[in-house]
Amino acid sequence: MAEQEIKPQLLKVTIDGIEVEVEPGTTILQAARKIGPAVAPPAMCYYQPLKGSGGKCRACLVRVAAGSAKDPRPMPKLVASCLTAVQDGMIVENETSPQVIDARNGVVEFLLLNHPLDCPVCDQAGECDLQNFAFDHGKATTRYEEDRRTFEKRDIGPNIQLHMTRCILCYRCVYTADQITNKRVHGVMNRGDASEISTYIEKAIDNDFSGNVIDVCPVGALTDKTYRFKNRVWFTKPVDAHRNCPTCSGKVTLWYRGDEVIRVTARKNEWNEVTEFICNTCRFETKKTSDWTIEEPTKISRSSVISANKYRADTIKPSFGERLAAADYKPIDDKRDTSQLSIQQLPAERFAHVLPAALDPEP
Amino acid sequence: MQLTNRSKQVSNKEMTLAEKMYLPAIVGGLAITISHFFRKKPTIQYPEVKKYLGPIYRGHHILKRDEQGRERCTACGLCAVACPAEAISMVAAERKKGEENLYREEKYAAVYEINMLRCIFCGLCEEACPKQAVYLRHDLMVPVFQERDEVIYGKDRLVENMNDRYIRVANSEVQATPTEPSLTRAAT
Repeated sequence: MAEQEIKPQLLKVTIDGIEVEVEPGTTILQAARKIGPAVAPPAMCYYQPLKGSGGKCRACLVRVAAGSAKDPRPMPKLVASCLTAVQDGMIVENETSPQVIDARNGVVEFLLLNHPLDCPVCDQAGECDLQNFAFDHGKATTRYEEDRRTFEKRDIGPNIQLHMTRCILCYRCVYTADQITNKRVHGVMNRGDASEISTYIEKAIDNDFSGNVIDVCPVGALTDKTYRFKNRVWFTKPVDAHRNCPTCSGKVTLWYRGDEVIRVTARKNEWNEVTEFICNTCRFETKKTSDWTIEEPTKISRSSVISANKYRADTIKPSFGERLAAADYKPIDDKRDTSQLSIQQLPAERFAHVLPAALDPEP
Repeated sequence: MQLTNRSKQVSNKEMTLAEKMYLPAIVGGLAITISHFFRKKPTIQYPEVKKYLGPIYRGHHILKRDEQGRERCTACGLCAVACPAEAISMVAAERKKGEENLYREEKYAAVYEINMLRCIFCGLCEEACPKQAVYLRHDLMVPVFQERDEVIYGKDRLVENMNDRYIRVANSEVQATPTEPSLTRAAT
């Protein structure tokens, strides 16, 4: 009996109609991630391994339709799911609520206000959280007419490239520098539009784990200088590998172009988060296959652009292109004689005046 | 099963005298043959004579330059990933100081190669290009080649010549993307 009392009571939460039981103190985002990627809200600033992260980007806003079993009133405003703890009997609406989708479209527009949209140049393109988020929720046009903010170029060490114009001020790198390294050399200065990531007093980040700010950055603001413009991510082949490293776990992902390792990153889980940080020696200096023990090809989501042109039976093509083509489709004035159709026994769709895919219901 | 309504029933009726002589039929056949000598020839004597290709023909690739003669291509790789024949390959490089009049952006394609044996001229690269850099010319075909090493076209044969610029007439109302500030300014 005593053992049962010590055991914490599990809380029941319903997210998008799916019920899940979680421990007290869990956030809505964590509960949704427990269910799976289909209902998990997007997160631009929240990073589970970093303490204190979250609550800044508003990408994970959800609607709480019922606060708890005891007080089933809805919460008056949308809440940030990464910071809000669940309560027993809470009902959360994520993708099912048009209000949430509308809010997210607005968040994308705000995040992209000052973003230079130089994806063709940016090394992060293809594995960029903001790109994915904007792809799902953004519009193809902008209403912003003013000049986008610019910054003076700042050199923060020989290995890391800072593009301040791309930054969305998620603070992930600041928390990384604060928590992984011993002294804080890296912070946010100024306010509002002028705020920027900066090393304190022009001090280069010389800590042995400083390279991890590249991995935590959701956009291309912090990129690997040794990988700069080497190749696009979707032409490279990632494999999991490890080595005996005296300072870190040594578990990494190697990115190959042919036989050449052109980049080393830490391993990311399905939420694009690094759980085991790696040291700068592993990341920047050991770029030979002979340095590593290769385990297996990295598991990449089949819908990711990194899987593009790598043929496999289970390849999933994103439906975006088809939907766009169906929306843009203009019926052609087809004056062909179709009176012989029944004799030739051709399927009637061949002569249809609308695209067959447009008739299909949404997948 | 009747496939078309043009089929004829075969009959075994006895031939008439004129039919038995065969001569009228031979003369009739010869008349058809001879009449073809005096028809207009549909053959075009390529390569001496070239056909009009039309405003939406997809021919020779071209890497466009902008108004100031800078190369538009930033080696983003979207054409190569869109290419169903995997004909395009490129190597990117960083623009150095003093090269601002050569390349539009801080990254450019140091090597840009199209394998014309692989290319199927589908035009997906043109569609994928976010910088309006690669086009398939409507007025020029890829010439016939004799050697296999002539087939891979590098930047020397793809980049637009400023003295002989290519202007797409049919597509002149192409909308510039709002992400390219200089393009929107040029459009207004």
